[in-house]
Amino acid sequence: MELQKFQYDNKTVKMFAYATILWGLVGMLVGLIAAIQMYLPSVNLSLPYTTFGRIRPLHTNAVIFAFVGNGIFMGVYYSLQRLLKARMFSDLLSKIHFWGWQIIIVLAAVTLVLGKTTGKEYAELEWPIDILITLVWVVFGWNMFGTIIRRRERHLYVAIWFYIATFVTVAMLHIVNSIEIPVSFWKSYPVYAGVQDALVQWWYGHNAVAFFLTTPYLGMMYYFLPKIAQRPVYSYRLSIIHFWALIFLYIWAGPHHLLYTSVPDWAQSLGVVFSIMLIAPSWGGMINGLLTLRGAWDRVRDNVALKFLVVAVTAYGMATFEGPMLSLKSVSAIAHYTDWIVAHVHVGALGWNGFMTFGILYWLIPRLFQTKLYSERLANMHFWIGTLGIVIYAVPMYWAGFMQSSMWKDFTPEGQLKWQFLDTVTKMIPFYIARSIGGTLFLTGAIMMTYNLIKTIKIGTFLEIEEDEAPALTGEYQSHSKDHWHRWIERKPIQLMIISLVVVAIGGLVEFVPVFLVKSNIPTIASVKPYTPLELEGRDIYIREGCYTCHSQMIRPFRSETARYGEYSKAGEFVYDHPFQWGSKRTGPDLARIGGKYPDSWHYNHMLDPTSMAPGSIMPQYPWLLEDQLDGNSTMAKIKAMKRLGVPYPDGFEKIAMQEMEKQAKEITENLKKDGIETLADREIVALIAYLQRLGKDIKAEVLKAEK
Amino acid sequence: MKFINYLESISGIGIYPLISLIVFVGFFALVTLYIIKGNKNHFEKLRNLPLNEKN
Repeated sequence: MELQKFQYDNKTVKMFAYATILWGLVGMLVGLIAAIQMYLPSVNLSLPYTTFGRIRPLHTNAVIFAFVGNGIFMGVYYSLQRLLKARMFSDLLSKIHFWGWQIIIVLAAVTLVLGKTTGKEYAELEWPIDILITLVWVVFGWNMFGTIIRRRERHLYVAIWFYIATFVTVAMLHIVNSIEIPVSFWKSYPVYAGVQDALVQWWYGHNAVAFFLTTPYLGMMYYFLPKIAQRPVYSYRLSIIHFWALIFLYIWAGPHHLLYTSVPDWAQSLGVVFSIMLIAPSWGGMINGLLTLRGAWDRVRDNVALKFLVVAVTAYGMATFEGPMLSLKSVSAIAHYTDWIVAHVHVGALGWNGFMTFGILYWLIPRLFQTKLYSERLANMHFWIGTLGIVIYAVPMYWAGFMQSSMWKDFTPEGQLKWQFLDTVTKMIPFYIARSIGGTLFLTGAIMMTYNLIKTIKIGTFLEIEEDEAPALTGEYQSHSKDHWHRWIERKPIQLMIISLVVVAIGGLVEFVPVFLVKSNIPTIASVKPYTPLELEGRDIYIREGCYTCHSQMIRPFRSETARYGEYSKAGEFVYDHPFQWGSKRTGPDLARIGGKYPDSWHYNHMLDPTSMAPGSIMPQYPWLLEDQLDGNSTMAKIKAMKRLGVPYPDGFEKIAMQEMEKQAKEITENLKKDGIETLADREIVALIAYLQRLGKDIKAEVLKAEK
Repeated sequence: MKFINYLESISGIGIYPLISLIVFVGFFALVTLYIIKGNKNHFEKLRNLPLNEKN
C-alpha cells in the first residue's frame, strides 16, 4: 500500500500550551486575591472592579474556560492528529479557533470586572460573548470533524469519543442555558424564571463540570497516560463501558445541586439516584488509569510528568467519590452553602485538572522543542509544593465547612439558636488564612513550572515540521459478515456524535419537560407580585455586584433555617425571578426574607461600611453605590422585556415606569431623612434598598392574611 | 417567549422515566454483550493505537 507523507501542526499546539500557562497563572492569581479578601476585604482597594463579587466570577471563568479550556485544546490538537494520522483539517480554522478563544477570554475578563454579568454561575458572560463562544465552538468542531473525515486510521480511539461527546454536549448545554432576551448590548434576561431557571442552570453547571472539566481530560488521560508510561491502557473494554456509562449518567445529576430547595421533589430524587450511580463509571475510569501503570510503577519514580498524572487521577478518584456522597440528601443538608463544597471543587480543579495539565506540559514542551526538560529537580519541587498546596487548601476548607454547618444548626437547651450568623463568619477567618497559604503554594509551583518551561524552550529548537507517513484509507470498508454493531459506531464519527447527543439529551428532557409544562410542579402564590421598576433596577445592581456569590436566597425546610431566616422558600415565590438568585454559598446570611427586617437606614449605613452595623463583618464596603447615579435609560426596555417573558405588568406600564420609580425612590429618601441621612433619590443605593426591602415581603403578607 | 406552563397537565407522564429506564438498561445490555463477546484482537489493536507512533 502506498504510504502518504504528511506533517503535523505543532504550532497551534504550542500556542495553546502558551495560552494555558499564561491564563493559568492569571486565573490562580485572581483566585488568590479573592481568597485574601475573605479575611482582608480592603484588598479590593475600595474599587468596584476588584471587589469579591466581581472577581470571584472572573476567577472561576478564567480557571475553567481560559486555563482548562486552552489545556483541552492543547491536548486535543496534539493527540487527535497523531491518533488519526492526519494534520488538522484547516490551518485557517485552527488560527480562528485559537485567536477567537483568546478574544473571548479577554472580553470576559473586561466585562466581568465591569459588572456585566447574567448572574448565572459559570455562565456569567453576556449575550454578545455567548454568541461568539458558539461561533468559535463550531469552528473547533468543524476543524475536529474535518480532521476525522480525512483520517488515515479507520478506528477512533476512545480518547476521540470523549472529545466528540465533549463537543456536542457543551454545545447543547451552552445554547440551552444561554437563551436570553437582550435589553441592551451588555444586559439580558434569561427566558427561564425561578425554579425552571435553577433547574436549567444547574443542569448546565453540573455538566460544565462533567463535559468541560472531566470528559475532555479523561480523553487526554486515555492518550497521554499510556503515551508517557509507554504501555497501553489497562483495559480497552473497561474504557468503552466507562465512556457510555459516564455520559449517560452524568447528564441527569444536575438537581443534586438543588437538594432541599423549592425544586420539585421527584426531580431532586432523580438527581440523587443518578449521582450515586455515577461512582461506578468514574471509579472504573480511575482504576483503568491507575492500573495502566501496573508493573511500571518504577517509571513513576523517575518521570515527573507521570507523578503529576498519578496524583491527578487519584484526585479524580477522590472528587468522584465525594460527589456522589455529597448528593445524598442528608450529607447535602450539612455541606451545601458551606466551604466543604469549595474544598470539594478544588480537589478536582487543583488536583485533577491542574496536575493533569502540568504533567502533560512537562512531557509535551520538551518534545515540541526537541530537548530535555531544563530542570528535573525544579519540576520535582513543583510536584511537592503543589501537592502540599492542595492539602493546605483542602483540609482547612473541609474543617471550616463542617464547623460552619454545625454552628448554623446549633441550638441552646432552651431551644434558641446558639450562634449569631456573624459568629459563624468570624470563626472561619483562621481557615480562610490557611486556605490562602495553600493557594499561594500552588501558585508558586505554577510559577516555578513557567520558569522551567521557558528555560527549556530557550535551550531547544521548535519542531515546526514533524513528518509522518501512513497509508490512505481505502474507499469502502470491507465489513466482514460477523462485524459487530458497535464497530459501526467506532468507525463513524457522525454516528458516534448523534448517539452521544441522544444519550445526553434524554436526561435533560425527562427533567425539564415536566417542570416546564406541568403547572402543578410550580404552585403559584396569589400574593407574589412582580417587582416594581425601582426594585427591578435594584435587583440588577444586586446581580451586577455579584451578591449571589456570598448570599443565598433559598431557605431550606430545616428548623435551624426557619428559626434563623423565617418561613422556608416556596417554588411560587420565584416565578418573576429572571434570573433566579438562589446562590450556592453562604459566606453571608441568606437574604430571602431580609425585607422589612431592618430599617432603610440600616442598609444605607451597612452598604457604606458593613462593620458599622455588624462589627467583625467581612463584607466589602460599597461606597460607590451611594454616589453613583442610577442609570434609568433602559428601565423601559427592561419592563418591556419582562412583559415579553410573561411577567404580568399592566398594559402600558412601561410608560409610567419612570414615574413609579421616582415615587418609590422619594418614599425611601424620606425614610432615610427621618434617620438623619440625606441622599438624592436617583442614587443606586436607593434602588438596592428598595429591592432588599422587598425580598420575602409577599410571603409575609400571605402569612399575616392566614393568621387573620 | 413565555416559558411558563403551556399545559395544565400531561397525561401519562409516568411513561417518561419508564422509557428512559428501558433505553438505559437496553443500551447497557448491548454494550456489555459487545464487551464480553467482542474480538480480543480487535480490542488489542485499538488499545495500542496511541503507541503506534514512530516517536
